[in-house]
Order: sequence, then structure tokens, then C-alpha cells
Amino acid sequence: MKTNLAGPAAELRITNLVKRFGTAAAGANNFMAVDNVSLTVPPGSFFAMLGPSGCGKTTTLRMVAGLEQPTSGEILLNGKDITHLKPYHRPVNTVFQNYALFPHLTVHENVAFGLRRKGEPDIAKRVDAMLELVQLNDFGARRPAQLSGGQQQRVALARALINAPQVLLLDEPLGALDLKLRRQMQLELKRIQTEVSTTFRPVPPDQEEAMTMADTIAVMRHGRVEQLASPVDLYERPATAFVANFLGKSNLLEGRVTGTDGALLLVETHGVALRLPAANRPATTTNDLLVGVRPEKLHMAAAGAQLPASHNKLQATVTDSSFMGVSTQYVVRTAWQQELTVFTQNLGVDGMRARDTAVQLHWDPQHTFAVPRTGALPETEEET
Amino acid sequence: MSTVPARRGLLSGTRWMPYALLLPGLLWLALFFVTPILTLLSTSLQEGSISTGFRLTWRIANYTDAFWNYREQFGRSILYASLSTLLALVICYPLAYFIAFRAGRYKNLMLLIVVAPFFTSFLIRTLSWKIILADSGFVVRVFQTLGLLPAGGRLLATSVAVVAGITYNFLPFMTLPLYTSLERLDASLIEAAGDLYAGPVTAFFKVTFPLSMPGVVAGTLLTFIPAAGDYINVRFLGTPAQYMLGNVIDSRFLAVLDYPTAAALSITLMFTILVLVGLYVRRAGTEDLV
Repeated sequence: MKTNLAGPAAELRITNLVKRFGTAAAGANNFMAVDNVSLTVPPGSFFAMLGPSGCGKTTTLRMVAGLEQPTSGEILLNGKDITHLKPYHRPVNTVFQNYALFPHLTVHENVAFGLRRKGEPDIAKRVDAMLELVQLNDFGARRPAQLSGGQQQRVALARALINAPQVLLLDEPLGALDLKLRRQMQLELKRIQTEVSTTFRPVPPDQEEAMTMADTIAVMRHGRVEQLASPVDLYERPATAFVANFLGKSNLLEGRVTGTDGALLLVETHGVALRLPAANRPATTTNDLLVGVRPEKLHMAAAGAQLPASHNKLQATVTDSSFMGVSTQYVVRTAWQQELTVFTQNLGVDGMRARDTAVQLHWDPQHTFAVPRTGALPETEEET
Repeated sequence: MSTVPARRGLLSGTRWMPYALLLPGLLWLALFFVTPILTLLSTSLQEGSISTGFRLTWRIANYTDAFWNYREQFGRSILYASLSTLLALVICYPLAYFIAFRAGRYKNLMLLIVVAPFFTSFLIRTLSWKIILADSGFVVRVFQTLGLLPAGGRLLATSVAVVAGITYNFLPFMTLPLYTSLERLDASLIEAAGDLYAGPVTAFFKVTFPLSMPGVVAGTLLTFIPAAGDYINVRFLGTPAQYMLGNVIDSRFLAVLDYPTAAALSITLMFTILVLVGLYVRRAGTEDLV
């Protein structure tokens, strides 16, 4: 069983995966951790799941690892159904959130654990090679407790990678590290991935990390996949208000579709006409939507200044500003008392704009996206 | 580099303060541990009888005589204590495992039940085993019906009863340390073992059991040491044919008034246990464990 599954990176396909904790009769205790999730991770890709805690990403990962049984749905690895396979029969390895290194074994024995269980040859030589890959050649005889957090993490990674898994699962693996070490590990993971070419499927703890590392990101919320896209698409064209605010900041304006102008969609928001690419219109039946623009896409000009004709324009008043070195973050208020955020690059051209200064905001219609109004929650919600 | 003065606690005002604080404990130990041991050691090397009085003659032969005369009881002490410890381990490990990992909200209740027998005295508990294992009791009848015991066979007054009694009496001493070390065990380590191709049985022997070694060592010591010196269980559940060293010491001291032999036996038992425990702890290598 193991041998015919073993091999190079595999495609992971999840269909209609559901995990319900508690029984249907339990009423309030009945909790949908994962609610009908379907996604495909291409072979060799670096896939990340994001979402607030409790959104179901760890549960999904545990089901792929076999540590949790799905209530329904299927998990296919290269077309082979592994949904009900025991974890020790799956060609999948996990790097646990707390690393879960065996404290009673040396680093060498920790890394050798999987190979020993499978009874493979040349264990000592292969462990040494793997320790070299993660730059821990001199640490084989030590116990995990004698290593730093970053070293422990590399042991955890080596312990999983040595088994040549078809899918490598990382559960918020870099969360415990400080920023500098984290950057280093991100690059190292990328390097190792290119060297061994397995499907990486991490659940990184923060957005920035996911953006840096992943080819594809699934944003999850309430056990559902909110959007599945590349980091760039996710950021530039979020599909929902939740995604728009979970990954970076967004200014969202309530608007109503009034017509089209070629490839542009015309939207009216509080009496102001805005334009955005028609392709960015969400697939909803109503004309009501939220128009979004990222704070760094907004330009700020003095009241009365000449603005590019093609740009979207808004009048506003500065209410607050904070200088952040490379940029300045402004909070401005529109005529209808909505506060918007603007990041301006610190080019040294114009000075800081004082409070209560009237300004004009303008931006390229191509930088405008739209999301449905339904289910819109402007703030990132916290779940426990 | 730093010139910050060492932090001074409330009681660290003087140099002798720590020693003063140790004093009550040291005095207690000197009075109630060191003195009796020295007295015992001296007694074990004396000669004489209760009527003529005892004199310290440094008679080393007390030891060889005592050991030779009671080698059978000595061996039985070690054997019964080892058997009981092993049995207790086999009974308590699954119990502790269940309480630690599966009991959920019944955890505290189950721990209470484990400790509950302590609310009655050791003597009462042992006496009730006498009733349970009595010839007319249901255990004997069930055993006879199942053919495990011949008709007319008995449990009471056999070594089976003695070992069963000792095992029973020390169950909480075994369960609690096992529970503590299993409870502390990070469940993700067992998951990691599964993830690394270890089936449940392999995961248990490669991960769970080695990591629970501190509990195993503590539990077996807490059981073996008192069990090796026990004489109550034999007195109630056994006969002179099952006598352990504790019974000999008891009768030598309190009935025969042969103090030197009793003292020599006590010292020998103590020393033997010390050596066995030392070897065991070294072999188990618990200092490696976190």
C-alpha cells in the first residue's frame, strides 16, 4: 500500500469535506468546523490556508493528515481515495504547530523515526544527509530540549521531509519564531521545496507570511472557503468584504450599479459616480454592492487641483495622520461622514497635510474592486 | 558589567539565616532518623539475651546467621514485592492511561475513586480481603465453578491471597504517579508518531511508554519499597508458610525479644532495597527525561 503511493509530489483534491463536532442531536454543542470545503492543490505547489482562528483551517489540515475523521466528503491523493486511511498509512507528513519532537530521542533518532517504522535501508546515511540539508549536521546527538526554537523547527521539518511525503503539511509552522528567524525559515522552506519538490501545504499564521510563501491561498471563514486564488488576485480582487479586510486594509463604499461604459462599470456611491472594471463585478443578482479600493492606491491632492480625467474622485477632509517613515497614514472623512484610510508614499514632494484640510482623493478605476453587500462584515472578526 | 547589588529577600539579611531555617528539619532528622538507625546498627552487632542484657561485641556473624536462618523469608519478601509491583503496574497503567486521556469530565471523579480506599484504614481494608477470599466467599465459589480452583481448594492462607492483598493495598501508589506523567504527556507527540508511520502499538512502545517512565519508576518504587517490608497482609491473608521478612522482624523484636537478629534483618532488608532501587533507577535512566 505504501509503496504504490510513494513517489513524487502529488495532486491533492478535497471534495465536499465536512467536519461536524458533536452529534446532530446535540443542538448547541453541534459545531460545523469545516463546512463543505472543496479545493484542489496542484502537485508541487505551495498552498496556504488563511483565516481567523476557529475558521476550520487546522481541522481541514488534520483531516488531510488523517488525525481527524471527516463527517463526510472525500480526500483524494493523485486520484486515490485516502479519506479513511489511518495516518500511518498515508504518504503525508505534518510539521506540527509545536513541532511535537520526541523529547526522549536524539535529533538523529527523531529524524530517523519515520524511516525506522517503514524499515528502510541506509537510515544513518540518509538522516545525515537530511540534517545537512537543514544545516544541523553537528546536532544529531543532541536532544530537542537542547536546541533553539529555530533549530527545533528545522528538525521537525527534516523529520517530515525525510519520508519524501507526497504532501507536506505545515500547521502554522513559523508562528513560534521571531521575525528575523521567520524570514530566514521562509526562504529556507522555499529553497528546500525547490530541492525536494513536494507539495507544501502550510497554514501560516499571518497574512504576510502566506503572501510571501504561497502560490495559492485559500481564505477560510466559518468552515468555508471564502476565496481561493493567487496572493496577487486575492489582494487586488478580493471576492468578499471579509477577504478584502482580512488581507490588508480596504476602503469599502456602499454603491449601486447605474450602467456600463465600455469595459467599465458605472457605480454611484453617495451621489458620486465611480468607475471600475466590469470584470470585477461580483456575481450577484442585485445592483447593490460595495466598491473597494486599497489605501495605498488612493492619491491625495489639494482641493481644487487638476486631477487626471480618467480617475475616480472623492472630496474629503483630513481628520488624522500618522507618520510612519516610508509612508504616512491618513484618515480622511467623506462628505457622508465615512472614514477612509489613505497611505501616501513619503516622496518628500509635499509636506504633511494638517488636520481639517480639505483634500481630493483620486485613483485609477483599474485599482477598484467590488464585493457583494451580503454577508459583509467590514472588520476582521475574532472567533474563539 | 552590571553593578546592581544582589537582590536581598526578606530573610537573607544574614549569612547564617539559611542554616537557621534548615535547623528544625535537621534536628528532626537527627532525632528521629539518624539516631534510630545508629541504635539499630549498634543493636545488630550486640550479643546477649533479654534476661542477661545485651552487650556490643561487634558480632558480624549476627548478619550471616540471621540471613542464613531466614533466607527463605527474605527471598519471599523480594519475590512477593516484585510480583505485587508488576501486577500493580499491569493493572494501573491502563487505568491511569484511561483517566489521563479518555475520562474527560469524569477525570476528577475517577481519581477520587482511586484514592477513596485511603479513607478507611489499611487494617480494615486488609481484613475485608480476608472476608472476600474466605472459603465460603463468592470468589472461591466462582473460581471453583470455573475450574480454576479444585473442589475444597482455598485462596485464603495461600501466597496468592498475600500477593493479591499487597497488590490491592498499593494500587493508588502506582496509579497516581502514572496518571501524573501520562497527563503531562503532549498528545501531539502520539499524533506525530502516527504521522510518522507508527501504528498504535508501535507508537505506545516507542513514544507513550518511554515518556511515562518517570511515572513508572516513581510508581514501582512507591509500591516495591513498602511492599518488601510489609507484614500485615501475610498476617491476615497468609500463614507462617508465607511469612515475609517483615513478619520475622516483627516476631523477633516483639515476641522472641531477640533484638540483635531483628536489627540485623532490618538493616539487611534496608540495604538490599537501597541497592536494588539504585540499580533500577540507574537502569531506567529517568534523568534523561524532561
